Amino acid sequence: MSAQAGTGTFAPSPGAAPLWRQVGAQASMEARLMLRNGEQLLLAVVIPVLVLVGGVRGAERVGLDFSRPAVDIFTPGVLALAVMSTAFTSLAIATGFERRYGVIKRLGSSPLSRTGLLLGKVLALLAVETVQVVLVAAVGAALGWSPTSSVSAVVAAVVALMLGTAAFASLGLLLAGSLRAEATLAAANLVYLLLLAGGAVVLPTSAYGSFGEVVTYLPSGALGEAMRTAFDATAGQTAYAVKELLVLVVWAVVGAAATARTFTWE
Amino acid sequence: MRYADKVAVDALSLTVEPGTVTAVLGPNGAGKTTTLETCEGYRRPQGGTVRVLGLDPVRDRAALLPRIGVMLQSGGAWSGVRATEMLRHVARLHAHPLDVGLLVERLGLDECGRTPYRRLSGGQQQRLGLAMALVGRPELVFVDEPTAGMDPGVRRDVWDLVGELRDDGVTVVLTTHYMDEAERLADRIHILDHGRLVASGTPLELTRGGSTATIRLVVTQPFPPGAPESLREALGPGTQVTQLDALSLLVTGPADASTLARVSRWCEEQGVLPESLALGQRNLEDVFLDLTGRGLQEVGEP
Repeated sequence: MSAQAGTGTFAPSPGAAPLWRQVGAQASMEARLMLRNGEQLLLAVVIPVLVLVGGVRGAERVGLDFSRPAVDIFTPGVLALAVMSTAFTSLAIATGFERRYGVIKRLGSSPLSRTGLLLGKVLALLAVETVQVVLVAAVGAALGWSPTSSVSAVVAAVVALMLGTAAFASLGLLLAGSLRAEATLAAANLVYLLLLAGGAVVLPTSAYGSFGEVVTYLPSGALGEAMRTAFDATAGQTAYAVKELLVLVVWAVVGAAATARTFTWE
Repeated sequence: MRYADKVAVDALSLTVEPGTVTAVLGPNGAGKTTTLETCEGYRRPQGGTVRVLGLDPVRDRAALLPRIGVMLQSGGAWSGVRATEMLRHVARLHAHPLDVGLLVERLGLDECGRTPYRRLSGGQQQRLGLAMALVGRPELVFVDEPTAGMDPGVRRDVWDLVGELRDDGVTVVLTTHYMDEAERLADRIHILDHGRLVASGTPLELTRGGSTATIRLVVTQPFPPGAPESLREALGPGTQVTQLDALSLLVTGPADASTLARVSRWCEEQGVLPESLALGQRNLEDVFLDLTGRGLQEVGEP
């Protein structure tokens, strides 16, 4: 076909970019959109920082007595909260509106594969979470947080954050894939508030009395406990909360399986 | 021919030649968008075969997608994204994208500035959608209602662009409910109705309707009784004369150079004074009306 040999402006020269470049483009785009959106930023950064400062100051004022300084209890919990806000609430809302605005459909006809799209989303989440962890840890340090800074504690915390991200992200996608965008927005915020108040994410399970055992089976309680265990200087023992980490694995597997069965891209 | 794009939907089969512009016309629910989405791999055909650039759009999706460009009827960008940002993003997914600045200029997207997608006008969103379909330098583009909601001036720019695409060797398949758009842009037109192909051809073939001509006669005073019959006699066999109202008649049938003269001689004999005597080809609108029994505008997609 001679038509193909054209040299004009629009002469065809199709082709996909290398996968890593596509994933990089997708991840940076999603991370930028998340950090630019006011409500998402409120959820990702402002609320966790407020909870941390408010929690530490409040505990001092009312003389709440934990076995350790309040900031040592609150900072790991707020790190867990930050992950929950991004991997669950922000992801669910963003994905819900992506479906609504036909973004996923549009990208479905671009060279970006679904694997590439998912990888991009994961990288975007990790990028935003990195910003959150640095910020929350800095505020915690300013309030006097002095965690066990051993390599094993940091590794245990990273493992907990990764598993927590996997569990919450799969649940967030499950929500976004099965409800309308507005319903997803409402449900994701409601679940976030309920877990913040009653899910043992920021406050240790010991603060929930006899209910405490139950909440460790929620992803929020499991992640919160796993983070506190990782940074628990007084334990001197293992930094891994094995049961809680297993709970997160189960949530991640169940959530991913349910999402794979129900999620539609349009 | 391996470059041929074969499209099959329901009991219909149609083929798109490379380097041409094809328009798919039809009322709401005729199956235009379904046909396009089946070619784009969004829908798995329940029967029959679809081959686009020789590939199966579902099974060979990964190989096909980089080679085609798709413009959806609406949406397709994040609500908070800026037009050029979105275009740059889609460009990065391709190996040899067009210069983003050039497309921004050609489609007047610079006027969008930093406005988020959700606050762009319908026409601006359409233009961004078209730019996203073109930026990867595809061999074949599918555009669904490309100029819906655009200002007339911008529409003409888009038409010029489509012409340029064809000149540069890009195959274009578009749906539209604008008759003038189809007539002006398309090399071939396929008219769909109820999921079936009711007519195919070049704009000229479709409107010529063989050698049939239409003459519309309007007079100043009511026709005498029996006027249609006597005019039919005067024009010879094969002619149809329909009285539209007391003052106008429609003549359809084989026409040659003498037909108009015979009509005016008949007026003289009958003692009626023609106010207007118009010889017209059928336009696409008439063709569509004949084929589907409905006008296009009343059933045009939103």
